[in-house]
Amino acid sequence: MAIRALIVDDSSVMRKIVERSLRQAGIDLSEVFQAGNGAEALGVLKDCQVDIILCDINMPVMDGLEFIKKLPGVENAKGVPVVMITTEGSESHVVQALSCGARGYIRKPFTPEQVKDHVIPVLAGKS
Amino acid sequence: MKSVSEPLGTDAASHTNWVPLLDTAAKEVFELMMGCQLTPSPSTDDANLDVTSMVGLAGQLCGVLSVRCDGKAAALMTSKMLGVPLYKVGPEVSDAVGEICNMVAGNFKNKIVGLAEGCMLSPPTVITGSDYNLHSLSDFPALEVRMLFESMPIVISLEIHT
Repeated sequence: MAIRALIVDDSSVMRKIVERSLRQAGIDLSEVFQAGNGAEALGVLKDCQVDIILCDINMPVMDGLEFIKKLPGVENAKGVPVVMITTEGSESHVVQALSCGARGYIRKPFTPEQVKDHVIPVLAGKS
Repeated sequence: MKSVSEPLGTDAASHTNWVPLLDTAAKEVFELMMGCQLTPSPSTDDANLDVTSMVGLAGQLCGVLSVRCDGKAAALMTSKMLGVPLYKVGPEVSDAVGEICNMVAGNFKNKIVGLAEGCMLSPPTVITGSDYNLHSLSDFPALEVRMLFESMPIVISLEIHT
């Protein structure tokens, strides 16, 4: 099944790398939306429906944790799983992200295999 | 990724012990994100390293981590990260080398007990050109790792402030 992904990262290079990693993981992407921070991502979600959100933590304007805290109030984001992709590797960041509603956590640097291992179970509803 | 945990020390000797961690942190970023092996470099010639990316560290460890290379190496890193031919690489080079520096800094701090939680990273800054002087308030000698990326030199430095 083809999926629609929203990739949120303040680096356009990293957004492209995440998209490429999803494709290398064998995930069939029908549409990829991009945003440079949480506020932009909320704007994207006003108009677009997605199946998964991949989100950085450290971003200007609105960081990833603040963004996912706002998602329950966004109609198009209800039930949409979020996987964090970030350089922040501490246990407290992981716990904080998961408690805010993230369903997965990938540390940068990462390989396409790691993206696959985290994203596919989330898409299958097993995580 | 190799998990190597070192305690957070405050003296110059313990900082010197971090050099292998800096080396490992950089090698892992290049291997995982670009599929490249960094090798030790005998060169000490910095003259042509005209792309400098820097990330600030604040909190339990304060300082600046920098990655320096030449423009050709920076373009090749970008090409490999994005999986595009070298000739298609454009203005995204600065963004790419900034992200590399950010990942090396993040990977490095995650290897030291207490730093993953207690040290924040700034957004990356990238300088192009080599005609500049960097004045640091660092009170320790910079930790430095010199390596070759596809036969081109790169220098990774960590200036530590207390």
